[in-house]
Amino acid sequence: MGLKQKLHTLKQKYKGKKMAPAFNALHTFLYLPNETTHSGSHVRAADDLKRTMNTVIMALIPCLIFGMFNAGYQTNLQTDPNITQATGFFSGEFWNWANFEIGLWKVLPLVLVSYGVGLAVEFLFAIIKGHEVEEGYLVTGMLVPLIMPIDIPLWMLIVAVVFGVVIGKEVFGGTGMNILNPALTIRAFLFFAYPTWMSGDKVWVHGAVETAGQPDAISGETILGSLAQGHEISYSIADMFLGFIPGSVGETSTLLILLGALILIFTKIGSWRIILSTVLGALAMGLLFNGIVDMGWIDSSSKFYGLMNTEFWHHLIIGGFAFGAVYMATDPVTASQTNKGKWIYGFLIGFISILIRVFNPAYPEGVMLAILLMNVFAPTIDHYVIQGNVKKRMKRIKVKTA
Amino acid sequence: MGLLSKKDSKLILDPLADNNPITIQVLGICSALAITAQLKPSIVMAISVLFVMGVGNVVISLMRNIIPSKIRIIVQLIVVATLVIIVDQVLKAFAYELSKELSVFIGLIITNCIIMGRFEAFALGNGPWRSFLDGIGNAAGYGVILVIVGFFRELLGSGTLFGFPVLGNPVTKTGLYGIGYENNGFMVLPPMALIVVGIIIWVQRSRNKELIEEN
Repeated sequence: MGLKQKLHTLKQKYKGKKMAPAFNALHTFLYLPNETTHSGSHVRAADDLKRTMNTVIMALIPCLIFGMFNAGYQTNLQTDPNITQATGFFSGEFWNWANFEIGLWKVLPLVLVSYGVGLAVEFLFAIIKGHEVEEGYLVTGMLVPLIMPIDIPLWMLIVAVVFGVVIGKEVFGGTGMNILNPALTIRAFLFFAYPTWMSGDKVWVHGAVETAGQPDAISGETILGSLAQGHEISYSIADMFLGFIPGSVGETSTLLILLGALILIFTKIGSWRIILSTVLGALAMGLLFNGIVDMGWIDSSSKFYGLMNTEFWHHLIIGGFAFGAVYMATDPVTASQTNKGKWIYGFLIGFISILIRVFNPAYPEGVMLAILLMNVFAPTIDHYVIQGNVKKRMKRIKVKTA
Repeated sequence: MGLLSKKDSKLILDPLADNNPITIQVLGICSALAITAQLKPSIVMAISVLFVMGVGNVVISLMRNIIPSKIRIIVQLIVVATLVIIVDQVLKAFAYELSKELSVFIGLIITNCIIMGRFEAFALGNGPWRSFLDGIGNAAGYGVILVIVGFFRELLGSGTLFGFPVLGNPVTKTGLYGIGYENNGFMVLPPMALIVVGIIIWVQRSRNKELIEEN
């Protein structure tokens, strides 16, 4: 008897019992169910919700692997004087076992905890409420470790995941009903609950917290952090684009995020409208700030000078902007649904991200807050887009009948 | 209950649970969010409101037949304002630190929707004794929620209860802090109070399905 048959028998055995949703979820996650519906008309398509989610996860895998190498690389670069900076994307200084080992031991627990706790909560709710386990957490569970600082204590992650899944999603009715992106809800919770672990100049490189204040202290500052402090940055444009910089686990490599974006766009899972308009919004805001500096309205004595003077397109490759634009803003549940709405929604995310980045040094990463804010406004945007369309059509009727 | 008839005791017990001013009628939320970061101000606030509502309901009830209905809101306001000023002065005289901590929110009891709501809905149409019971019942229902929210917010947000460190010392790393526990800074912020009140509403309605509103 194969695994599929065994799962099917289990499913039959528990049919109508309390635990049934748990077995059904396992079964349909691994295999196509045996039974098919017979009546009614059907759209024949392979891309059910689980396959959709799996595609997003596949698009995230390169970022995850890169994140593991990068976690080790950032630590080793600072602790081991023999290690030199990586030069190209395929540089041996980056892709080696010593880096991967550290990264694996730090990142894998994040992934396991995120999935373990999140799915446990999902299964629990499915069993209590008697509905099928929903697939929403498959992607959230992968996104969460990628947007965490490397040294976040695991118990904090557990608290945050429980909060995010229950308050961010289940109370609204589960997958598809949530107002806010669950992964960002989890991150925002951690950000406000334990700010010392989620921002500042110590948390972004493994080992920086433990060695703080010692002679061999590791600096864990991100580029955005340094810019907000008005420090010079020592990373080249290539480093920023390829991702050899400190930051949350999976957000650093713009190159791999672009790869993920291509996967999402070609499989038609992510909306290219949202990604493009988010980038446009950020560029517009960046240009505006550059313009202010060029006009000489503020000078280097201003505390906003460092970030305002950053070339407008650099904003796209530093911090979590690219990751947010590609994987978070495009979340089909929380984004605007109408095409025109998507343009507005995306543009405002980019616009507000850079605004928060520049004007509020306490929140160096504005993209999280910008997306959460626009999540709240997405239904409003849709409402006005639809009302606008209704009005336009009403006019057409009047012209015809008149 | 010997002292109270069944109808009268219902006046006190109903607002404590099934007709709670905060979780069921969703009134008085502002102060519940603002002053519940610590347990002590929550309790002082609850007692203040208890006094204002108990006395205020009786006063309004005694005057109910002589208040012209056109200016009744102004009369009610004067009664609340007088009582609130008494509370404010007493706090300033005997608990200055606390009154500074509660700052403007004692004064804002005047705007607490529960008080005006009870004056309008109950005291204007009932005798002084029943109005008194209704007043302290509703104030107690308000206070219970305040104390619950304040308890969780102080315990999880600051690791203390009434200012006493119950989870250990975060600076010297004793107790729970020794094994890596940290205070949840989000608990101290008002948004978390809203979420805690929301969770209380959730728990209450899932225990008693009759309370779930139709929509």
